[in-house]
Amino acid sequence: MLWFTVKRSLMMALMLCGLLAITFSISHIAPGDPAALAAGPDATQEMIERIRSEYGLDKPLVQQFFLYLKGIVSGDWGRSINTTRPVWDDLVNYFPATFELVVFSIAVAIILGVPLGVVAAVFQNTPLDHAIRVISVSGVALPMFWLGLMVQLYFALQLGWFPLGGQIEMMTDPPQPITHLLLTDALLRGEFSTFVEGLHHIVLPAVALCFPALASIIRVNRAEMLECLNQDYIVNARAQGLSTFRVVGLYALKNAMLPTMAMIGLRFGWMLGGTVLVESVFDWPGIGLYAVESAVNSDFEPIMGATIVLGFFFMMTNFLIDIVYGTLDPRVRGQV
Amino acid sequence: MTDQPLLSIRDLSLEFDTFDGVYKAIDSVSFDLAKGESLGIVGETGCGKSVTAKSILGLLPSPPARWTSGEIRFQGQDLLSLGESGLKRVRGTDISMIFQDPMTYLNPVFSVGAQLIDVIMAHQRLQPRSTRMSRREARAHAVDMLGQVHLPSPEQQLDNYPYQLSGGMRQRVLIAMALSGAPRLLIADEPTTALDVTIQAQILALIKELVADLGLSVILITHDLGVVADLCDRVVVMYAGQVVEDARVADLFNAPHHPYTQGLLAAVPHPGRPASALTGIAGSLPNLLAPPSGCRFQARCPLASDACGRRPPLAEVGDRHHTACWNHDGGRHA
Amino acid sequence: MTDTVSKTTDLEALSWRERHHSAIRQVRLYSRTFARNGSAMFGLALVLIFVVVAIIGPWIVPFPEDAVGAVNMDIKLQPPDAVHWFGTDEVGNDVFTRVVLGTRLTVQIACIVTGIAILIGVPLGMVAGYMGGVVQEVIMRITDVFLSVPGLILAIAIVGALGPGIVNAMLALSLVWWPGYVRLVQAKTLALKNEIYVEAARSIGAGPMRIVFVHILPNCASPIVVKGSMDMGMAILGAASLGFLGLGAQPPEPEWGAMISIARNYLPDWWWYSFFPGIAIFITVLGFNLLGDGLRDILDPKHRE
Repeated sequence: MLWFTVKRSLMMALMLCGLLAITFSISHIAPGDPAALAAGPDATQEMIERIRSEYGLDKPLVQQFFLYLKGIVSGDWGRSINTTRPVWDDLVNYFPATFELVVFSIAVAIILGVPLGVVAAVFQNTPLDHAIRVISVSGVALPMFWLGLMVQLYFALQLGWFPLGGQIEMMTDPPQPITHLLLTDALLRGEFSTFVEGLHHIVLPAVALCFPALASIIRVNRAEMLECLNQDYIVNARAQGLSTFRVVGLYALKNAMLPTMAMIGLRFGWMLGGTVLVESVFDWPGIGLYAVESAVNSDFEPIMGATIVLGFFFMMTNFLIDIVYGTLDPRVRGQV
Repeated sequence: MTDQPLLSIRDLSLEFDTFDGVYKAIDSVSFDLAKGESLGIVGETGCGKSVTAKSILGLLPSPPARWTSGEIRFQGQDLLSLGESGLKRVRGTDISMIFQDPMTYLNPVFSVGAQLIDVIMAHQRLQPRSTRMSRREARAHAVDMLGQVHLPSPEQQLDNYPYQLSGGMRQRVLIAMALSGAPRLLIADEPTTALDVTIQAQILALIKELVADLGLSVILITHDLGVVADLCDRVVVMYAGQVVEDARVADLFNAPHHPYTQGLLAAVPHPGRPASALTGIAGSLPNLLAPPSGCRFQARCPLASDACGRRPPLAEVGDRHHTACWNHDGGRHA
Repeated sequence: MTDTVSKTTDLEALSWRERHHSAIRQVRLYSRTFARNGSAMFGLALVLIFVVVAIIGPWIVPFPEDAVGAVNMDIKLQPPDAVHWFGTDEVGNDVFTRVVLGTRLTVQIACIVTGIAILIGVPLGMVAGYMGGVVQEVIMRITDVFLSVPGLILAIAIVGALGPGIVNAMLALSLVWWPGYVRLVQAKTLALKNEIYVEAARSIGAGPMRIVFVHILPNCASPIVVKGSMDMGMAILGAASLGFLGLGAQPPEPEWGAMISIARNYLPDWWWYSFFPGIAIFITVLGFNLLGDGLRDILDPKHRE
C-alpha cells in the first residue's frame, strides 16, 4: 500500500511538470509580442525591449521554460493588470471560497447520488426508478450557468427563500480565519449565525454546480449496481442467509463503487470548470470569477495562474481517488 | 415405520419468461430425500438439475422465473410458500448450498475471513440474544471451520483475498461457509466441475468425510456418473426438465430401466470393454420453448411408441426404484 | 443401436427462416432493444428535429432580418405572444428567430469540434496502441497531462491566449476533447492487437497500415460512435459556456450562450430572453445524450438490461 502511494506521488509530480509545460506553451501561442503584452498598452519601444531582456524573453524556449519553472516555484506568478496585485496573492485570496463551494457540491452529489443510484437499481423498472432516471438523464444536459440563473430567478427572486449571491451578506463580518474556509471557520469559532448565513448563501450555487455531477453519479452507480446484483457472489451471499441490507448495501455496493469513483473523479473535473460559470452567476468570490474577469480583460497572467491552481487541485483529487480505489479494491494493490 | 423424508419435492414445474418465449425449464419433478442420505441428481447440461436445486432455496429471480405447480417440503414445511424473510431463516442454518465456480462465487473485494465471519454472524441473528456469538467468537468459529475443511494455516488465511487463493482452497472456503451454520442438508451444485481432476478428488473426499462426521444429508448435482458412484446412496436421473428414473446407486448401475439411463451408461467407455468407437445417443435435446407433450425423450428413444405422447408417471419397478417409461424392458438391458 | 437421422440435419429441408434463424433473431433483438428503449427513439427524434431546423432554419423563421441584429427599438423586450413566440430582446429582435438560427451555428460548432477531436485523437490512439513501447508511453503521458486539467479551464486559458471569438473557441474545445479519444482508441487497439485475425493478417504479409485501417479501425467504430454522440452534446455545452462568458461567439451572432449572457442583464422582468435559449440548449444536449445511450445499448451488449 505504501509503495502504491509512493509510486502515485511520483507520477503526480511528473504530471505537474507536464501541466506547467502546457501553461507555458499556451502563454507562447498568444498572438502578439509577449513583451509588449507584459509592458502594457502605453509602453514605448524602449520599455518593451527592456522588459524583453529583463524577463529573458529573448532567450531560447527551453531556457525560458526553466526560468518559468523557477519563477513558479519561487512564488512569482506574475501580476494581474486588473487587480494590480501579484497573481499569487490574488489566488491565495480567492482559492478558499472556490474550494469550499466545490467540496460542498461534490459532497452533496456523492451523498445524494450514491444512495439514489442504489435505490433506482433495487427498485428497477418501478415508477421510483423511472423518476430517478428522468432526473439523472436530464441533469447532465442542463447548462450549469442557465440552471444557476433559473434557480436564482425562482428561489431567490421569486420566492425569496435564498439570497441572490455572494458568500455572506455585505454587513456581516467574516470570522477570524483559521482554515480560511468561511463555513469551517464559522463553526470552529462558534459563530453559528454566521455559519447559518454562509450555508444559506452556498445552497443555490451548490445546487447549480452539483446537479450534472449528481445526475452522472446516479446513472453510473445505478448501472453498476444492476450489474453487481447479477453476479454469482451475490447469489452465494443470499444463499448463505445474509440480510438484504448487507447484500445490497455492502457486498454489491463496494464493487459498484469502483467504477462510480472513476465517474466521481471525472465529474469533479467538470465541476472545477463549472465554478467559472457558477461563480459568475452568483458573484461568488472565488478563482472562477477571478479567471473570468481576467479573461474578459485579456489579463493574461491570472488566467495561467488559475489554470495551474485548478489543474493541481484536480490532480490532487484524482490522486486521492486513486488511493481510495486502492483501499477498496485489493487486486489493484497487489498489482501496484 | 418410515421416517418422514427430510426433503420432499412433488410435481414441481417451473417456467421462465424469456425474450424468445416461455421456456419450460422443469416439468413435474418429484423425488424424496431421507435423513442422512446422499442423493445424486444426474443429467446433461440444461436438464434442469441446477434450477431445481436453486428453487429449493428460492435463489431464482422471480420474474422471469415462475413456479406453475408443485411443492417443496422440508421437514414438513412448504418452502415455496415461504416469503423472502422465511427463506432467510432457512438459508445457511437448515439448508446450505455450494456452487460450481469458486472464483466467481466469492466477493473479490472482501477478505475470505470477512465473508466467512459475516455469514456466521448472520446465522447468529436466529439465536436468542443471550446465546449469540460475539464477533471475536465468530472469528474463532471461522478458524475452526477452515480447519475442518483442511485449509492450511487457517488463522492467516482469514485475511487473504479470494484472488490470492487457489481454486481448491476457494472451494474449501465456500464449503466452510456453507457448513458454518450447521445445516441439516447440503446442496452441492457441480462443486468439482470447475476444478482440476486431482483437486476434484480431494474435494469429493472432503465432502465424504464431512457427511460422515456431521451426519449431513446431501444433494449432489453432477453430470459425472463416476462421482455419483463414489459418493451417493441414491440417484435421480433427469432429462430435459423431467425426472426419468430414480434408484439406489447399485440398482441404477446394475439394472437401469429407462432407455435414457441405459444410453448414458452405455456411453461411458469401460476399460474392460474395448471398442472402436464411442457410443452416443442419437438426436439432440428438445427445444424447451416448445417441448413435445408427454415424454420429452421420445424423439431420441429406441423404444418410443404412440403411447409416449401421454406423460408416463414415475412407476415403481423395484425396491425404491422408479422409472417414467411406458415401454421399459424391465432392466434387462444392463 | 437404432439409427434415427433427425430431420433437422437435412439442410435442404429447412426453410429460409430456419436457416437464417440466428441472423433474424439478431436483427429482431437490435430493433426491439432500440425501439423499446423509448428514450433512445425520443433522442433520435430530437436530434433529427435539431438537424432539420439547422438546415432549413433561415427559410422558416418569421423575422429573418433579426438574424444579425436589425434594430427595432419600438418593440423591444416584449413578452411572448402570438407574433413573437419567445418574445423580443433588447433591440427588438424576435427571440424565436434568433434561437432557431442559433441552431445552425450550434450544429456547425458541435460537428467541427467533435470532428477535429476524432481526427486527431483516433489516429493517435491507434498509433499508441499498435506500436506500443516508447511511442505509446509518450503519447499516453501527454494525453494524461491534458486530461488532468479541467476541460473548461483549459479552454478558457487557450481562448484567453488567442483572444475571444468563435473560431478560437472551437479550436480551444477541440484541443480539450481529443485526449478522450486517444484513451478510448488506445485501449481498444491494445485489446484487438492480439486477436487471432490480426495475427493471421500479419502472417500473410499485411503491413501495419493495412492492419490498422482494415482490421482494427472497424472494430473500434462502435465505441467511437457512442462517444461521439455523447460528445456532441458536451461540445454544445462547452461552446455555450464559452459564449456565456463572452469568450466564444460574439454578438450579434445568435449563439445561445452569448444570448444568455446578454439576457442575464434583463432578469428578472424580461425572463423569456434567458429562458428560451437555455431550453434550446437543454433539449439539444438531451437529444444527443439519449441517442448516445440508445446507440450504446445496441452496440455494447454488456450494457443491455
